[in-house]
Amino acid sequence: MHELSLAENLLQIIEETATEHQLTKVKTVWLEIGKLACVEQGSLRFYFDVITQDSIARQAKLEIIEIAGQAVCTQCSRSSLIASYYEACSHCGSYNTLKVTQGREMKIKELEAE
Amino acid sequence: MCTTCGCSTGQTRINGKTIQSLHLEKPIQFRPLRHSNTRDHTPSLPIKNNCASETLASGAGITTAHAPGMSQARMIKIERDILERNNQYANENRRFLSKQNILALNLLSSPGSGKTTLLVNTIQILRNKLPITVIEGDQQTDHDAARIRETGISATQINTGKGCHLDAFMVQQAMQQISPQQNSLLFIENVGNLVCPSNFDLGEAYKIVILSVTEGEDKPLKYPDMFHAADLMLLNKCDLLPYLSFDVDLAIEYAHHIHPGLPVIQISAMQGSGMQVWIDWIEANRLALPSTVQYKT
Ligand SMILES: Nc1nc2c(ncn2[C@@H]2O[C@H](COP(=O)(O)OP(=O)(O)OP(=O)(O)O)[C@@H](O)[C@H]2O)c(=O)[nH]1
Ligand SMILES: [Mg+2]
Ligand SMILES: [Zn+2]
Ligand SMILES: [Zn+2]
Repeated sequence: MHELSLAENLLQIIEETATEHQLTKVKTVWLEIGKLACVEQGSLRFYFDVITQDSIARQAKLEIIEIAGQAVCTQCSRSSLIASYYEACSHCGSYNTLKVTQGREMKIKELEAE
Repeated sequence: MCTTCGCSTGQTRINGKTIQSLHLEKPIQFRPLRHSNTRDHTPSLPIKNNCASETLASGAGITTAHAPGMSQARMIKIERDILERNNQYANENRRFLSKQNILALNLLSSPGSGKTTLLVNTIQILRNKLPITVIEGDQQTDHDAARIRETGISATQINTGKGCHLDAFMVQQAMQQISPQQNSLLFIENVGNLVCPSNFDLGEAYKIVILSVTEGEDKPLKYPDMFHAADLMLLNKCDLLPYLSFDVDLAIEYAHHIHPGLPVIQISAMQGSGMQVWIDWIEANRLALPSTVQYKT
């Protein structure tokens, strides 16, 4: 359910940007969402549609760029790509040694607007 | 605010009184989901844009494959965290709390793991040693705040309506009502939910996840975000272990797969076992707060 909060926060940032740049219509919104971020994309798209219907972002397209999960191993100091928190180091095979360095982002990057 | 899930204006209440919502002026109306065809445009890898200017010409954005035909369209770089607003409130809360030398603990668990029972029994032990206040978060009812008030401690109840977590704005409003004293202990009992409360920083010093032994060993694996975000795990209802097939070592091992080094304390909030270790943990972290004044004796 927190995808609704995310959609609301998103709209708020879009509206602030629209005021600042005197936009009349937002056509596309680019997001960066990390693979480890607790975000269900389908749900976010659904709530974004619901929440923007009477706004400047009505009919705006949501483009989601996925950021891969990455972690560094405290055992061998090398970094691995990870799809979840529950993974072994791809270099030395250790468990319980990975520190996440990337993949938790939830960012709004860019707008295409008029 | 809604940084509250599901809450349109007027659904969030503190001690029964509606609080202003940060964003939504109008109630949400649901409509059928528009078919999304955006997947084709999504590039599989992030492409860095090195353009320094804030406003970019059309087509110079993240994906040129999606350059618009319309002449007035332009690209505007933003680069902001979606939860930025929540995080700003959380930072304000944290600044206030550290200035007042208040140790704030955010208690998180699925419904019924024993958060309120733990609080009531913790308060019984600590109430004569230091000032304590409690912020209770639930979707509905003020049962939990009432249970806390029975101990003689002041408690503020936030009802999130349909919202499934507390956010930093609600906590700020609640703190204004309850005005926690300097050098006190502030407990925030979050809405019972192992999923999204982990995403919302409230400005607390530590997040404490409570897992009870009736829930199964695999919860850390099933709800990794929560266990990854937590600073301490309390394994509760250990008095029930003789009647269950719950494997304590396995549960801790799973928690450590998700969060290497996560400290774990085994307790029975109801019968008191392990409670002293928990109290010592609180005491150690209070002493770690930069202050001259500590426990009243
Ligand atoms: N056996 C046993 N029961 C417990 C223990 N701690 C809590 N309970 C019971 O678990 C039930 C739920 O406890 P609460 O303290 O209300 O749990 P909660 O996490 O605050 O619940 P919500 O606020 O509704 O999410 C109650 O019936 C408690 O008596 C414990 O250590 N052992
Ligand atoms: Mg409770
Ligand atoms: Zn390694
Ligand atoms: Zn939520």
